[in-house]
Amino acid sequence: MIENRKYIVIGVFCLVGLVYLSRLFYLQILDDSYSLESSSNSIKRVIEIPHRGQIYDRNGKFMVYNTPVYDLYVTPKKVQIPDTAAFCHLLNLERTEFDSIMAAAKAYSYQKPSLFLRQLSKEDFARIQDALVDYRGFEHVTSSMRTYPAHTMANALGYVSEVSKKQLEEQETPYYRQGDYIGRSGLEEQYESVLRGQRGIKFVMQNVHGVVKGSWKNGAFDSLAIAGKNLYTGIDAEIQQYADTLMQNKVGSVVAIEPSTGQILCMVSAPTYDPNSLSSRFFSKSYSKLAKNPYKPLINRPVMASYRPGSTFKLIQALVALQDGAVSPGSIFSHAGSPMKCHCNRSGRLNLSGAVQYSCNPYFYHVFRRLLYNNAERNTFKASAMGLHHWHDMVAKFGIGQRLGIDLPSELKGSLPDAELYDKLYGERHWKFSTVYSLSIGEGELLISPLKMANVAAIVANRGWFYTPHIVSGIGKPGQGIDPKYLEKHDVGIDPQHFEVVAEGMQGAVEHGTTTMAANIPGITICGKTGTSQNKKGKDHSIFVAFAPRENPKIAIAVFVENAGWGGIAAASVASLVIEKYIKRRVDNHALDKKVKEANYLPAIVPPQKPAPKKFIEPPKDSVAKPMIVKTILQRSVPPVPAEAPSLASRPVTTNGN
Amino acid sequence: MLYIACVLMGWLNVYAAVYSPETQTNLFDMSTNAGKQLMWIGTTVLLIIAILVINYRFWDTFAFVIYGITILMLLLVLVAGSNIKGSRSWFKIGGFLLQPAEFAKLGTALALARYIDFPNVNLTKLKDQLWCAGIIALPALLIIASNETGSMLVFASFIIMLYREGLPGIYPLIAIVIVTLFILTLIVPKLILFGVILALAVLVFFLTPRYQRSVQNVLVIGITAVSMIAIVAGVDFFVNSVLQKHQQNRIKVLINPAADPLGAGWNVTQAKIAIGSGRLQGKGFLEGTQTKLDFVPEQSTDFIFCTIGEEHGFVGSAIVVSLFVFLLCRLVLLAEKQRTRFARVYGYSLAGIIFFHLMINIGMTIGLMPVIGIPLPFFSYGGSSLWSFSILLFIFLKLDSRRVGMFTR
Repeated sequence: MIENRKYIVIGVFCLVGLVYLSRLFYLQILDDSYSLESSSNSIKRVIEIPHRGQIYDRNGKFMVYNTPVYDLYVTPKKVQIPDTAAFCHLLNLERTEFDSIMAAAKAYSYQKPSLFLRQLSKEDFARIQDALVDYRGFEHVTSSMRTYPAHTMANALGYVSEVSKKQLEEQETPYYRQGDYIGRSGLEEQYESVLRGQRGIKFVMQNVHGVVKGSWKNGAFDSLAIAGKNLYTGIDAEIQQYADTLMQNKVGSVVAIEPSTGQILCMVSAPTYDPNSLSSRFFSKSYSKLAKNPYKPLINRPVMASYRPGSTFKLIQALVALQDGAVSPGSIFSHAGSPMKCHCNRSGRLNLSGAVQYSCNPYFYHVFRRLLYNNAERNTFKASAMGLHHWHDMVAKFGIGQRLGIDLPSELKGSLPDAELYDKLYGERHWKFSTVYSLSIGEGELLISPLKMANVAAIVANRGWFYTPHIVSGIGKPGQGIDPKYLEKHDVGIDPQHFEVVAEGMQGAVEHGTTTMAANIPGITICGKTGTSQNKKGKDHSIFVAFAPRENPKIAIAVFVENAGWGGIAAASVASLVIEKYIKRRVDNHALDKKVKEANYLPAIVPPQKPAPKKFIEPPKDSVAKPMIVKTILQRSVPPVPAEAPSLASRPVTTNGN
Repeated sequence: MLYIACVLMGWLNVYAAVYSPETQTNLFDMSTNAGKQLMWIGTTVLLIIAILVINYRFWDTFAFVIYGITILMLLLVLVAGSNIKGSRSWFKIGGFLLQPAEFAKLGTALALARYIDFPNVNLTKLKDQLWCAGIIALPALLIIASNETGSMLVFASFIIMLYREGLPGIYPLIAIVIVTLFILTLIVPKLILFGVILALAVLVFFLTPRYQRSVQNVLVIGITAVSMIAIVAGVDFFVNSVLQKHQQNRIKVLINPAADPLGAGWNVTQAKIAIGSGRLQGKGFLEGTQTKLDFVPEQSTDFIFCTIGEEHGFVGSAIVVSLFVFLLCRLVLLAEKQRTRFARVYGYSLAGIIFFHLMINIGMTIGLMPVIGIPLPFFSYGGSSLWSFSILLFIFLKLDSRRVGMFTR
């Protein structure tokens, strides 16, 4: 009996063995959830962030480069701080800030390092590096920060910041992760995929504390990070900076284009800000300050603001009328029969060139009238509709009323009215020339951005064609890799000979006409045209478009100065100085230079009211009724200077009439 | 020497071969462990030679002396031991640690064998039962005092040997009933359990043939039911009040590992992940990620089985389990062949100890047993355990070789 107990004992041994074997079988063969968990457990994907591409100007100067900065990480478990007060002082931290950062780090993990301070500059880091030896638990990681050595063109360059929650959710292929940087406006956004490069992925094995223990499978599944490509732009940083100084204390835009290539030479949006301010660890502070600024410095006005072109639109009117055969270069119209007032005092003595030169409103009233009725239709309503339709198609070729396709995000279409719009507004056959005649001088339902106006100047400079304006002229290498649409010549469908008539008038305008003195630069033949964009909400905006020299033009430019009052004087001064600087590489007219820099056209900020209206959506039906008399501005009242703007006494600006 | 001894030696070599690579794995993290382990293996070989040289009579004669020495060591360690991980159970000799609790098993096994070997000892008699219980309880209590509860539990394994030597079957049965009730208490609400016990008692009463319903039998049924209820109530009290916090957690985790996967359940969860990720073939030698990277705690000592499971898969772990079972059966059969009762008792004790270690150690890594920190024989890193198991095994081999030797002579 007792002898048999050995079998029971052996039986128990075998039974336990069997139970364990079946359990192992279940764990290792049947249930694969454990095996899946193990890989996420110990193998970690480490992302390698490549260098973001840098941006150069046309002369090879840096517009944007990466500065090494230091991110300070803290591992709460290892922290030893003998004197917290001294430590906070060292890092320029408030005690409360220190406490909250530490609390967040501890909440994340005691073992793993978390971000303590972001983007310490080299100088800051050098200052604290030695002292940091006394404090345990802190380590630094080098990363990089966008730096803008020219301190300019913030609006067009854009900025880089952490990817937003919304962007994270909306991305089509999941690339970005929480905390990644992404280009947020301007070129940084437009060329994000080129600039960012390709992130590398490394698989590493980590132990239970998240400490890396070497690469996994010797890196067989790793992909190397590919550095972002550099961008080579057509921007002339020197001109850009100079235009910046001219536009200080003004709201508006300067856009200059190299007509032969369509490359943008400078693109100023005023008021602007130093792009470096959005690239430091003080990003959110700076950003909210900029966002609250009533002059909206974050808006890139050259492409995001639209104005009525005013008299500058007469250039297009003249060209399409000539092409259409509605008028000839020698056509003469008197002031009679036009409801518009004029200040040229040359009624009935001006041909087309002269009308451009002196910006004769009644003349263009007649030109537009001829244009609309230049068809076989006898009914004036039907003829107007047909004529406007034809006119719309011709003007549209200049890029008006559509996006040009510049390599910047958020370009506005603007507005170019067609017959359908007026049918909607007034009813079919309930409108005719006399309803829409304000279009003849660039008022009414027209809305054009400074960029498009500069492009119009480039079209005239080229005598009938243009390349789509673009900032970037080379991706990766200078002159390579850009979108082929920027290498495609667009013809506007106007005979080159017609441009000479207009250019003649523009040259005259600068030398003898509307803008004498303001825009005339000795030694350079500038062709220009002033404009006034009517503004119901405040002082009119001053516009000037120009190109120079007349033969073989090097630069086409459009300048918009908001609230600078009637006439193109304020804008013309800026434009001529930029042209002089670009062509001569120096400015001789120091008096003008000084005067422009000191001029202050910042509108007063009345809290509830919008300070700087940029868009005029509502079509003024009574635009012609507005007085267009000579306004000689003798003394400007000093507008209250907002706290953000440097205090600058405004000087009286005199115009010499036109 | 002889055929069977050679087979046993062969087994050992297999273990040694499997064993040293396992520690090599841990070279990644603690190179010193592997180095030390080599030293332990070296010294173990010396010990084995010594054991094989010493006359078999030595163990028989000095059984109680050895027992006395181990008891003395256990006492000494309470006073002079180093405190490691909360238990005062290690001697620090030079750079190495020695755990007398490991050797206490040897002393107890020898003493028990010697006692039972007395010609007139009968384990059905209460006096002898108490003597045995005393021999076992003395070191066990001392080990509890040094806060090494895991090692203490090993002494329960002697019940296997005692059972074979004639201990009435009621004792293991009671033990099994208690363990079952213990587990049930943790899973099933108490009141339901009470009800079931009472119902069972009533059922047994009515199923008993009428002529057997003596007062005595009814009393037995009643006392059994009452004591079962008392156990259930006691278990609750025991778990929540007597056990230390970490011990409570370990038991709760066994019942529900998902309750606290990053806290108390961490060990078990990670151990299961490591073993489970091995699949059929394993990740290959030295390719284990879980164990190598410290996810599994104590992976070179108590959780060594995870390394086998992860790197060699089901094939490897099944081989290891089968080998152990084969070894155990072999030991039992060998013990049965012994001429002397001393050798047989000792053989059974050895089998019981190895079995208990195996059951607890592998059981806890695959989530069938609570986490109790006792090593896997011959596999786990640690000099004391390697020494004590080798000594245990080879003393038996020496005893056995005498038998075979006598036989052939």
